[in-house]
Amino acid sequence: MPLLEVKDLHVCVEDREILHGLSLNVNEGEVHAIMGPNGSGKSTLSHVIAGKPGYEVTEGEILFNGENLLEMDPEERAAKGVFLAFQYPVEIPGVATMTFLRTALNAQRKARGEAEYSTPDFLKKVREVAKSLNIPQDMLKRGVNVGFSGGEKKRNEVLQMALFEPSLCILDEMDSGLDIDALRIAADGVNALRSPKRAMVVITHYQRLLNYIVPDVVHVMSRGRVVKTGGKELALELEAQGYAQFENAA
Amino acid sequence: MNVALAKTGTGSTASAVFAAARSRLSGNAEIAELCRQAFETYERLGLPHRRIEEWKYTDLRALVREVLPLAPAPDAAALARAGAAIKAHAIDGARRLVLVDGVFVPELSDVAAVGAGVSVRELSDVLETDARGDLLQTASTDAMISLNAAMATDGVVLTIADGAELAAPIHLIHVATAASASAFTRSHLSIGNGARVTLVETFIAAEGAGAYQVNDAVILWIGDEADVSHVRLMADASDAVNITSQVVTVGARVKLNFFNMTSGGAVSRLQGFFTLAGEGSELSINGVNLLKDKEHGDLTLVVDHTVPGCTSRETFRAVIDDRAHSVFQGRIIVRPDAQKTDGKMMTRALLLSDEAEADNKPELEIFADDVACGHGATTGAIDESLLFYLRARGLPEKEAQALLIQAFVGEAIEQIANDALRETVEDAAQRWLEARR
Repeated sequence: MPLLEVKDLHVCVEDREILHGLSLNVNEGEVHAIMGPNGSGKSTLSHVIAGKPGYEVTEGEILFNGENLLEMDPEERAAKGVFLAFQYPVEIPGVATMTFLRTALNAQRKARGEAEYSTPDFLKKVREVAKSLNIPQDMLKRGVNVGFSGGEKKRNEVLQMALFEPSLCILDEMDSGLDIDALRIAADGVNALRSPKRAMVVITHYQRLLNYIVPDVVHVMSRGRVVKTGGKELALELEAQGYAQFENAA
Repeated sequence: MNVALAKTGTGSTASAVFAAARSRLSGNAEIAELCRQAFETYERLGLPHRRIEEWKYTDLRALVREVLPLAPAPDAAALARAGAAIKAHAIDGARRLVLVDGVFVPELSDVAAVGAGVSVRELSDVLETDARGDLLQTASTDAMISLNAAMATDGVVLTIADGAELAAPIHLIHVATAASASAFTRSHLSIGNGARVTLVETFIAAEGAGAYQVNDAVILWIGDEADVSHVRLMADASDAVNITSQVVTVGARVKLNFFNMTSGGAVSRLQGFFTLAGEGSELSINGVNLLKDKEHGDLTLVVDHTVPGCTSRETFRAVIDDRAHSVFQGRIIVRPDAQKTDGKMMTRALLLSDEAEADNKPELEIFADDVACGHGATTGAIDESLLFYLRARGLPEKEAQALLIQAFVGEAIEQIANDALRETVEDAAQRWLEARR
C-alpha cells in the first residue's frame, strides 16, 4: 500500500476548478518532485493535502496509510504524520518560537496517545536540531518567524520537520526567495531527514533545488493534472526544454 | 425633560433612591448639603444616553435604565461570603483594604500593616469628623461622577507620605454580596512626592450576588517624582453593572504605569481622566477587555497634557466573542503650553464572532505646535492564515485560537511594569480563555 494515494482529484476554489483529476502515488522512503509552471496547481495540491480551508474537493480522494485524509481536520493530519513546509511561513508576533514548538509537539503526541515530552528532553532535542541547521538560540526566543530572513524562515520549517518526525513531508517551493547558501543549508537539513520510513514531496518551479535534494521520481504538472512521470533525468530535460511541450500536451 | 426621562421603569425614581439613602450618608450638615447639590446636578443631567457625546456608545438609559436602591450594610453572613470570595482573588504579599457592598470592612482588611508612612481612613469617618467637603468635589461635569458624590456611602482615604517606599502592594478589593442593589464608593488617594507605590483594585462578586450596580470613583493625586504602578481588575458578575471613574492628577517627573482589565459584567465602564499637571512625567496607560455573551465593556480615557515635556502611551486590546460589545474612547488633549508633548495611542479589537461589536474612537485635540502625537485603531477577526499554520502543526482549533488571542492581549499585558502583577493578569486572561473552550 502506498503511503499517499491521490486518486482522480478534482478541486475547486470559488467555483473554479483548479485540479482536474490528478492522481499520484508516493511510497515510504521515496522522494518525489512535482514540477510545473506557475498556475499548474502545485500549491493547491499541497494545500489540499494539508487541509487548508477554502478548497472544495468535488471528486476523487486522498488516502494516507489507507485512511481518508479528506475527512480529517488539519491538526489530525499533522498528528498522523503529514507535514507541509510552507512556501511563505507566517509570522506570529507574541508567540515565542520555543513555546510554539513545544505546544505543537505535545499536541501531536497527545493526539496520538503518547506521553508529552519532558522539558529537559525537549530542550535538548531542539538545541541539537537547531545547531545542525545553524539556527541561533536567540531566534528560538523570538516570536515565530518574526523578523526572520527568508532563509531563517525556511530553516525554521526544516527544524519543525526534524522535531515532529512526520512520515510525509511536503515541501512547497522551498527554494523561493533563498540565495544559494541559504538553499544549501535548508537542503542539507532536508537530506538529513531522508529515511526509508519517510516520504517527501518536493514542489518546485525550478530544477535548481533538485541538484540539492535529488528525487527518485519526477512528476510534471500542467493545468491541474500530472502529464508526465519519470526519473530524476526528467528534471534536467525540463530545464533544457521548458514547460511549453507539456502545456500543449495538456 | 431630562428629569422626566431619568425616572425609572419600575416606578421608583432616582430621587426616591437618594431620599432612601439619606440615613446611610453623612449626618454632617455641610456634607449633606454638598450631597444634595451633587444629586441636583445628577437630576438635571439624568442617566447618560447616546446623545451625550462622551456616552454615545454606552447608553445607560438603554442598558441600565434605573438606579437601584442601596444595598444594605453587610451582615455577618454577607461578610462570610465576601471573605470566601476574597480568598480566590488574593494577591501574595499585598495589604488588603476591603469594601463590601459599599462599606469599608476593617476586619477583612490589613489596616495596621499597610506600611510605614501610610495613613488609611474610612471616607465616612473623614466626612463626618473632618467635614472634608473637598473630597466630594471634582472639576468634572459627568453625571455619574455627580451621582457618585451624592450617594457614596464609604471608601478609603489613603495618604502616602513623601518618599515612602511601599514594599507590599496595596490591594483595594470591592466585593458585592447583594442582589438587585447598588453600591456607591469613593476613594481619595494622595501619593506623596518621591513615593514608590503599587496599587491594585479588584471588583468581584461573592456567592449569591447578582444584578447589582457598582458606582465607584477614585480621586488620585500623584506627587512629583513618584513612581506608581496601578493595576485594576474588573471581574464582576455576568449580570452586574459597574461604572467607575478615575480622576488622576499627575505632578512633575512622575512615572505612572496603569493597567485595567475588564472580564465580566453585563455593563462595565471605566472612565479615566488623567491630567498631566507637572513637567517631564511619563504615563503608560493600558487595558484589555475580554468580553463574551452580551457583555458591554467600555474604556474611556482622557489624557490632558497641560504642561510641556510629558509622554503618554496608551495600548488597548479587546477580545470580543458572541454578541458582546467593546468600546474604546481615547482622547489626548494638548494644551497651548504643552510643547514637546509626546502622546501615542494604539487600540486593536479582535472579533471572535459575526455578532461581536467594537467601537474605537481615538481623538486628538492639539493646541500646541511642537508635539509628536499619533493614534491607530484596527478591528478584525483572527487571521485565518495564522490559524491554519498552527493547526497544520497539530494544534486543535480552539487551542490555536487561544494561543493567538493570548499573543494579541499580551501586547497590552506586557506593558505592566510589576512582574508579579503581570503574571497575575496573564493568569486571569488565561482562565478566561480556558473557560471559552
